[in-house]
Amino acid sequence: MLDSRPIGTLIDRAAAQTPSPIAVRVRGLSDRAIAWAFIAPTIILLLAINLFPLIWTIRLSFSNYRVNRPNVPLKWLGIAHYTDILGDADVWNGMQVTARFVLATITIETLLGFALAYLIDRKFRGHGFWTTVILIPMMLSPAVVGNFWTFLYQPQTGLFNYVVSFFTGIDPSSFQMIGDVSLAPWSIVIVDVWMWTPYVMLICLAGLRSIPKDIYEAAEVDRASPWRQFWSITVPMVLPFVMLAVLFRGIENFKMFDMVNLLTNGGPGSTTELASITLKREAFEKWTTSYSSAFAIILFVTIFGLANIYVKALNRVKQK
Amino acid sequence: MSGLAIAHSVVEPTPAAKRIAGALVILYALISMVPLAWILMTGFKTPTDSISYPPKVLFEPSLEGYVNLFTTRTRQTAAFIASLPPAEAWYDKLVRSRNMVIAGPSKFVPRYLNSLVIGFGSTFLAVFLGTLAAYGFSRFKVPLKDDLLFFILSTRMMPPIAVAIPIYLMYRELGLTDTKLGMVLLYTAVNVSLAVWLLKGFIDEIPREYEEAAMIDGYTRLQAFRKVVLPQAATGIAATAIFCLIFAWNEYAFALLLTSGDAQTLPPFIPFIIGEGGQDWPAVAAGTTLFLIPILVFTILLRKHLLRGITFGAVRK
Repeated sequence: MLDSRPIGTLIDRAAAQTPSPIAVRVRGLSDRAIAWAFIAPTIILLLAINLFPLIWTIRLSFSNYRVNRPNVPLKWLGIAHYTDILGDADVWNGMQVTARFVLATITIETLLGFALAYLIDRKFRGHGFWTTVILIPMMLSPAVVGNFWTFLYQPQTGLFNYVVSFFTGIDPSSFQMIGDVSLAPWSIVIVDVWMWTPYVMLICLAGLRSIPKDIYEAAEVDRASPWRQFWSITVPMVLPFVMLAVLFRGIENFKMFDMVNLLTNGGPGSTTELASITLKREAFEKWTTSYSSAFAIILFVTIFGLANIYVKALNRVKQK
Repeated sequence: MSGLAIAHSVVEPTPAAKRIAGALVILYALISMVPLAWILMTGFKTPTDSISYPPKVLFEPSLEGYVNLFTTRTRQTAAFIASLPPAEAWYDKLVRSRNMVIAGPSKFVPRYLNSLVIGFGSTFLAVFLGTLAAYGFSRFKVPLKDDLLFFILSTRMMPPIAVAIPIYLMYRELGLTDTKLGMVLLYTAVNVSLAVWLLKGFIDEIPREYEEAAMIDGYTRLQAFRKVVLPQAATGIAATAIFCLIFAWNEYAFALLLTSGDAQTLPPFIPFIIGEGGQDWPAVAAGTTLFLIPILVFTILLRKHLLRGITFGAVRK
């Protein structure tokens, strides 16, 4: 697998330099010391920048602290914020918008991504090149590119309206993607699908390529129809990969902020106000620091909990 | 079609199936490239052309967007412009033809430099720390190894806005708000989890026997790490570095909430390039183009490792 020649020369040189292996034991650090010296900096950094702030957030969530009112005496409210949040209409709206967004994007991206991967796996001429082309959108900044979609979506003069009216004959000034209550949720779904279908495609493609070809050959011998082969070989073998892609997309879209903040900023009304946007409004516009801390914790626990349940299901599928 | 499929093995699709698959994939690829082509084209349009209807595919190219991106301008009366000495440079002429004069450079270049400094700084640190930790996790018995690795991964599950609340408070106390150091540390912490997971995968693939042989021949563990493992892991380290760089380059939420001037990077800056009467779309498109070019280059360099990078090393080819 790996070319061992350079190692051979290295080892030869090393052997020439140090005569006795016993000398090494004396000079070198012990493995235990090295293990800790290597791992500790990363752990310390993560403790300082992730865990410590998380604990601070938890602490704040039980208080009445607000960044913009530093002189108000600190009071401990217990779980009052948490019970308030469960009755907060904005929060529920944010959660529902997020759930719908995650469901819609994952469904479309999975179907489209799998179809694309299946087609690419037919190995037509130039499939490598076109795969790379398809992958480009997912590497780009959701914020910067999402921002440009506001230009494509502009009412009356935008390219999107023009293309839709060109193919359907609908008057281009009769609809607005971002301004319309019923279309705005689709406007963010379209951008997300455009960016992230390649992601699901790439993982599905790895799944398709992992299927040993002789399984299909055996099925051919048994005269299984292509339809049957697809449903009894291809789909079950690719399923763990699809589920992994769904897990990663689910977590990412549950946290979605960048693209939507620039494209619709939650509007019109609160039709596209995802949980992260609600959180931004609470924490950085209304400055309800402790209240939004409690909301942040609830969001984290939700993502963490759902991901854990999902991973258990994924492992069960893998074991089959 | 099923008759054909039986005549050929499924392993090798029929020529007809290949052609249809190819046509559909190419169609998708071309459609998905339209927004990017539009960004590139809009950058070379005049503001009037950029919002004309129907949208112009053929137009007279202009560098006005790029000039506007790099400069700030003030509107002047025709009489004032006529009183000035004749314009020397082509961009002066272009701006004066719009009844404006250049007032100075815009903030685009400093923001671009911020993106570079913060991107490369955090990438270097994350890959440095990540390589060490990945080697530690890969080769040694570490107590609670799986828990530590899971903790490292779970830091990625926090919504950035949720992380930003305590970071905002902490940085205010420490004076790190709107500093490059603060952003480098934050991006390092976010990227190090990716770096550890990816690099552990790469280092796991290097046979232990190589180091063991080197150590029997007299290398210390550290020498074996430096002279045997690092060269073998070079490709993986490079791929990891590019992933970290792309993350830092594209990051928006932290940059938006924690920077405003000195340390502001491009993503929160580009959307707010304003001309007279709203967003200056050719200038935004020009800035977006210059912002995306490095990523396009890196994506092409990375294509063999993309799969690993985007799944935290969970899927390897």
